[in-house]
Amino acid sequence: MDKRLKRILPRVQKPARYTGGEYNEIIKDKADVDLRVALCFPDVYEIGMSNVGTRILYGTMNALPGLWCERVFAPWGDFRTELKQAGIPLYALESGDPLSEFDALGFSIGYEMAYTTVLDMLDLGGIPLRSEERPGLLPLVFAGGTACCNPEPMAEYFDLMVLGEGEEADNEVLELLRQAKQEGWDKPRFLRAAAEIGGIWVPSLYAPGAGGAPEPKAGAPERVTKRIVRDFERSYFPTAPIVPSTEIVHDRVNLELFRGCVRGCRFCQAGQVYRPVRSRSAARLTEQGIESLKNTGYQEITLSSLSSSDYRGLGELCDGLMDYCRPRSIGLALPSLRADNFSMDLMRRVQAVRKAGLTFAPEAGTQQLRDAINKNVTEEDLLNSCRVAFAGGWNNVKLYFMLGLPTETDEDVLGIAQIANDVLHEWREYASNKNRGVRITISTSCFIPKPHTPFQWAAMVTREEYLRKVRLLRENIKARNVVYNWHDAETSVVEGVLSRGDRRVGDVIYEVWRQGGTLEAWSDYFDYARWEKAFASFGLDPAYYTTRPRARDEAFPWDRVDMGVTKAHLWREWEKSQAAELSPDCRAGCAGCGANKLTGGVCDG
Amino acid sequence: MAEAGEKLRLLFQKEGRAVYISHLDLMRTMQRAFPRAGYALKYSEGFNPHPLISILLPLGVGTESQCELMDFSLTEGAALSELPGRLNRALPEGIAALSAYAGGRKARELKWLRVSGLLEYDRQTTEAALPGLAEFFARKSITIMKKTKRGEGESDIAPAIREIAFRPGAGGVALEAVVSAQEPTLNPEQLVNALRQLAPELAPDFAAFRRLEVYDTKMEVFR
Repeated sequence: MDKRLKRILPRVQKPARYTGGEYNEIIKDKADVDLRVALCFPDVYEIGMSNVGTRILYGTMNALPGLWCERVFAPWGDFRTELKQAGIPLYALESGDPLSEFDALGFSIGYEMAYTTVLDMLDLGGIPLRSEERPGLLPLVFAGGTACCNPEPMAEYFDLMVLGEGEEADNEVLELLRQAKQEGWDKPRFLRAAAEIGGIWVPSLYAPGAGGAPEPKAGAPERVTKRIVRDFERSYFPTAPIVPSTEIVHDRVNLELFRGCVRGCRFCQAGQVYRPVRSRSAARLTEQGIESLKNTGYQEITLSSLSSSDYRGLGELCDGLMDYCRPRSIGLALPSLRADNFSMDLMRRVQAVRKAGLTFAPEAGTQQLRDAINKNVTEEDLLNSCRVAFAGGWNNVKLYFMLGLPTETDEDVLGIAQIANDVLHEWREYASNKNRGVRITISTSCFIPKPHTPFQWAAMVTREEYLRKVRLLRENIKARNVVYNWHDAETSVVEGVLSRGDRRVGDVIYEVWRQGGTLEAWSDYFDYARWEKAFASFGLDPAYYTTRPRARDEAFPWDRVDMGVTKAHLWREWEKSQAAELSPDCRAGCAGCGANKLTGGVCDG
Repeated sequence: MAEAGEKLRLLFQKEGRAVYISHLDLMRTMQRAFPRAGYALKYSEGFNPHPLISILLPLGVGTESQCELMDFSLTEGAALSELPGRLNRALPEGIAALSAYAGGRKARELKWLRVSGLLEYDRQTTEAALPGLAEFFARKSITIMKKTKRGEGESDIAPAIREIAFRPGAGGVALEAVVSAQEPTLNPEQLVNALRQLAPELAPDFAAFRRLEVYDTKMEVFR
């Protein structure tokens, strides 16, 4: 270890996140390696190590002989300052080598607020930020993750982006890079060849056109369709993941039940862009879960997916896992439950070891608005679920809502307070043990329209309007046992701009970074004034991106990216939302979203 | 051979990259290493069961040790002779089990701690610093300001230093000392702190320590 680092580490917060050396870390002999890849996560270690996607890619990339994939995370402010002062470049955890020694840097970007952190990590590693400032073939700087479904805001910085699921496409890109390196290709030749790989978007092959929609240059594909893993049942899952030596956010085994979602909530980007639905069998998942527990020693396992209670084999899987977990005091957690098919029987089975709180996301306060967003949950469903939970001894319920949804009225906002009261009433009526009291937590966030969703045409509410709704709700939540938390408005404005931004927003991101912006997803570091100044310096009005309603025929910056679901389907859903008309879930009736073309017509549906 | 539920003690070392693992994180790491090695730790009863393990003298971040002690129990009988080997295959880099045994002495009988350290000087040679250091720690009383839970307080650390010696080391002044581990607890960092407060010209730019051995009041090795 660097002597300078030895002096720095004892005086920064949580130094174990900067050292590597964890159990199950992959170390290779550099003599056997001809391609070195840095898997970069633009947030701190505790967040990045909790990301299942990153763990999958770490495994699939390292499975390639001769390739060594290492991890890089963003430093927290104290360590970042120390690194800069000491002149130590950002390094990968496994080898401790600086970013400049790698052939490829792959960024996993799950959320837009991480954009400035991407630039900061490149800069800390001594890598020029813009693609055109890196004329040589190496290092290749690429990205993947949900945020890439609108490739324009970060188009100037990445050499290429992987659309959709990366476990197969990443390796195809890296094998091509290995060939290019051996044969001495120049960068333009490599990028043209990479654009031939399915799912690969090369930003430099497109020029920003009218209204911010990219236009293909000569020879570039008109549209690029995202990649998916067709055979999800047999696809790779990391059953021997790294076990961090310091506490991370999701410090447990995360079992991935299925990809995609049958529900089609109109606000939800993940529910649209991860389609089509593909699941693993309960038998395989049970095996993978037990194997992961054995290899990690974790005392908790969680079943993660967009809506885990929609998993068909949930009962069988829970029983299979509980047979292993119960005698070993291992807890089984079931997040993302839906209030409409919540089963007390199931909860009893899985909560045999520990009784955690219950969380539901009704998202909106009235049936009218829940129908408009296609959240097929009724208040009756929710109250039923709370009733059985209270009767079964639970006394802690969290409810998530959004404010600023399309068509929302004050009546919808007040409906949230009403639901809180109704839930409290259920507790008074049915709680098995009232002595322990009850805690109902209401959380609201500001709705942000996202690309590739039916609400991509929607106007976001202004900051002032969102805060007015927050005040209205706060004044109407009166019960002592109900706690109300709301998400801050300014972060939402910035996220709104970045989500539906075009290439011009890339300059704003750069300017914010240049003024010190990094780790902007953290309130510790977020500074709205810095964003306002940067928008102004480029003559851009955030309202153009956020509160402006879009016409049906507007060309979007993300129109040349095909995430499976067709624009025609999204428009149909948008129109239905305006009439508060429901669409059934995929299993009750196929709505023809178009995503099944990616699997050749099959869908779990 | 240990029986199920019997009180057991593990002697282990912590060095290299593992020195940055905090006390709480080390407990978590141990909780996970045992099941990975095929051992089931005994859990507490009740609403929120947790493994019954405890580490005797919490070790500060950045300090190495070759004499850490941890108490634990297993739900099944186990051959203690093979436990360290199996556990080592399940531990992260830098942490290694040295031996496991039944029983062990009561924690309150632990009194003295032998440490080594390296004091690094950027602006003076180690030869120049050596005489001053020996002289400083020969004082009858060394009263420093210490941060405690109740704010700042004065404390004389001289009685808590049983032995201390300095010699030229690789890259700095090598120190070896026997300090009080409990009642009062003298964190070796306080030796550097004393220099910063009372003899700043002797204070090193960086110091790192290693625990070498623990003893009882009679300076018998504590196990």
